[in-house]
Amino acid sequence: MTAERDLSIGVDVGGTNTDTVVVDSDGAVRAWTKQATTEDVVGGIRAGISAVLAQLGDGRSRVSRVMLGTTHATNAIVARRNLDRVALVRLGAPAATEWPPLTGWPADLSDRVLAGSAMLGGGHMVDGTPITPLDRDGIRRFIDSLDGAFDSVAVCGIFSPSSPDQEREVEALIHAHLGPTVPVFLSQDIGPDGLLERENATVLNAALRGVASDVTRALVAVVAEEGLDVATFFAQNDGTLMSLDYAVRYPVLTIGSGPANSIRGAAFLSGASHAIVVDVGGTTSDLGVLVDGFPRESTLPREIGGVRTNFRMPDILSLGIGGGTIIDTATGAVGPGSVGYRIAQEGLLFGGSTATLTDAAAAAGHGIGGRALPAMPAARREALLRAIAVAHERIEEAVERLSLGRVDLPLIVVGGGAMLVPDGLSGVGPVIRPERGEVANAVGAAISLAGGRADQISDLEDRDAAIAAASQAAIAKAIQAGADPLTVEVVEVLETSLSYTTRPTIKVSVKAAGPLSQLAAVAPAVG
Amino acid sequence: MAYPSLAPSSGERTAQVTADDIDALAAGAAIFGTGGGGAVYTAQLTTERAIRENGPVSLVTVDELGPDDAVIMMSGIGAPTVGIEMLSSVEQVRTLLREAERVAGRPITAIMPAEIGGSNGVSPAGWAARLGVKLLDADGMGRAFPEATMISTNVAGVPCDFAVLSDVVGNVVVLHTVDLAWLERHARAVTVAAGGICLGAHYLLTAESAAGAVIPGTVSTAIRVGRALLTAADPVPAIADALDADVLISGKITDVSRRTEGGFVRGSITISGIGADRGRLQRVELRNENLVVLEDGEVLATVPDLITVVDFETGHAISTEMLRYGQRVAVLAWACDPLWRTDRGLELAGPRAFGYDLPYVPFERKGSR
Repeated sequence: MTAERDLSIGVDVGGTNTDTVVVDSDGAVRAWTKQATTEDVVGGIRAGISAVLAQLGDGRSRVSRVMLGTTHATNAIVARRNLDRVALVRLGAPAATEWPPLTGWPADLSDRVLAGSAMLGGGHMVDGTPITPLDRDGIRRFIDSLDGAFDSVAVCGIFSPSSPDQEREVEALIHAHLGPTVPVFLSQDIGPDGLLERENATVLNAALRGVASDVTRALVAVVAEEGLDVATFFAQNDGTLMSLDYAVRYPVLTIGSGPANSIRGAAFLSGASHAIVVDVGGTTSDLGVLVDGFPRESTLPREIGGVRTNFRMPDILSLGIGGGTIIDTATGAVGPGSVGYRIAQEGLLFGGSTATLTDAAAAAGHGIGGRALPAMPAARREALLRAIAVAHERIEEAVERLSLGRVDLPLIVVGGGAMLVPDGLSGVGPVIRPERGEVANAVGAAISLAGGRADQISDLEDRDAAIAAASQAAIAKAIQAGADPLTVEVVEVLETSLSYTTRPTIKVSVKAAGPLSQLAAVAPAVG
Repeated sequence: MAYPSLAPSSGERTAQVTADDIDALAAGAAIFGTGGGGAVYTAQLTTERAIRENGPVSLVTVDELGPDDAVIMMSGIGAPTVGIEMLSSVEQVRTLLREAERVAGRPITAIMPAEIGGSNGVSPAGWAARLGVKLLDADGMGRAFPEATMISTNVAGVPCDFAVLSDVVGNVVVLHTVDLAWLERHARAVTVAAGGICLGAHYLLTAESAAGAVIPGTVSTAIRVGRALLTAADPVPAIADALDADVLISGKITDVSRRTEGGFVRGSITISGIGADRGRLQRVELRNENLVVLEDGEVLATVPDLITVVDFETGHAISTEMLRYGQRVAVLAWACDPLWRTDRGLELAGPRAFGYDLPYVPFERKGSR
């Protein structure tokens, strides 16, 4: 008997909890659990997957996919842990030599990561004209000078997002020189224009290779221990998925996947495609915007571990307001401290002695069913009410900033601290609280599509050809990431015009996405 | 006319620019960008580094220039979209200065920013460090302006004998143009050929010709304003004091209308007062820079006086392309240098030069409300 294989497991590893869900092909959540995140990450994943499999019982054979969203890469950078040593080749000299590689990095991180760097001839101008001839001998000399004391090579050429061939030639050259197994990372695969930010992101990505391999192996091991016959994927920053091979090559693209998952999950659970989403956790509330079913992306450089980067990240506004945020009951002041996951011992509602925003919500009548606040003096109760009013005001202000003046957008509230958000917020449409919103991020991982993105700069008159070329490249990347070639499609086209160029010039940026291929086998990663 | 001096008051004279001043210089230059002038962060990185490697830069006033001194104005020109990718070469500024010295037929002993607003207000400190020359505590605008003609030396009638441009590859071009309008046109063409970005030097000045033809004290003022911003517990009033500016309104942006037109961002923002300003409404008209502030049909401030929109809490300047609905902001306005209030100054950079059919109403500080 061949059982239908229609179930997906979504896992989201957060700082405090690892959420795991099982979603069927109709989008119903069939099982879910919250487990504590463990130091080694794998323990939480193992506990989550084994708990939902237990809930499924005989249905476990119907599971065909496991999708993982994790902040592991971010934590590795922040903690400077298990990072690889990277050799960096920048192409374009003499251009940009005023900014040597890793300018502006915290010294402890650059010392940890950089095995050596060289600024060599090569690179392109905005219209594709070479800046200087590619210095092939210089590249070989630089690599030889390191005497093997590096784990991987990062390559960043000026204007490589629109003139990609040269970086690829350098990859081939390094492989010819050192053998095909040396990992080489190209900046064109990591980020758009913005040389220093893209170079930084490429180096971080290369440094995360070992960390990504560890998490990937951990996921594969858990799946094997459970005897599951499944395809495995990672969630990435733009709300789409990538195959494990791809995640090992582009671990930096997992860094914003947590908020992206919760936005996608909130959209899925509520059925909305345009909305503001607020995910209220124990320590923070993360707000994002859902546009056409995907998280709106930030246009600003983002700092990761003290390093400015420009790869695609969701536009997230984080507030220091969560269910565990501590209140000063003398003044009603809110935070910034939080009891975090200890709320179940320390909060007033749970018999503890620390007043939190959860207790304030209860004082205002939005408490947790079956629990009541202890008796307290009127002044203390007043302070709690003041605190919840402050929290409401700050959430309202954040929602207003993100909505950019649109008042008809619904507000989808998810996460464990959802009761902190009132129903009647000015500046937005209806407040939606979807069922299973507490595990929205894991749902987001489970239901994601595979995606890819490509940029192209061209003459304005060649606009259509540029969009076609970028679309083709984006679709190819989406398929490499695991999308079904038959259903993948372009979901976003952005155009920007450039000034100070010889002819009217535009930059087009195309994103493609599609449901995952039914086949577990996925094409090898870009290379 | 009561006009606030931009020169630093006695006792806080900055004789040297050190690497530790660059954070403050960048924050201050962003304020003087009045919404334009380009992002300061990248310039800040290399400037700090250049000073750490080459030592502090000596900052001299116009009065301190001797008969053997020659000063040249410098700036980066080009498209911001290119400038984030094709950054300058370490040799570029030396190539530029050598060629300027060859054309001038004399050594150049100091450089000065063409504009103190934005990235061009920050980079010259680093260039001076690399070149081993002095930095003149002055600039050609006292702010940021979008066009080459809008420069103090032009107001003062000092001729521009030549301009030199250098690109990232090593190409150098010398322009001898009949006036600044032609200079602008030719410099643009050269910049396009160079791939969209160049460094430029023009207006060779001496002790004699610089006096009265530059805006004095602006480098040290930018550092002082930036320091006030970075160190004050309540930054907005601190900046206002350092600039001798009024806070026109504290409020929330409730409307942003913006379009790109001929390479410029043009539009307006509406700010609704909060706190003590509740019930008031102001509109800021912008074209790359903030140009006019209106309330109830009355002009509160207009170019060439300075208008900067800052974050209500941090005091950091918000450039026009970063203005968003819902931001909490304060609008600062302060008086420009008297040079811009002359007939020639207003003809070049008054409201009508930017297409506003408005008379110029000099901004006077009314003090904190």
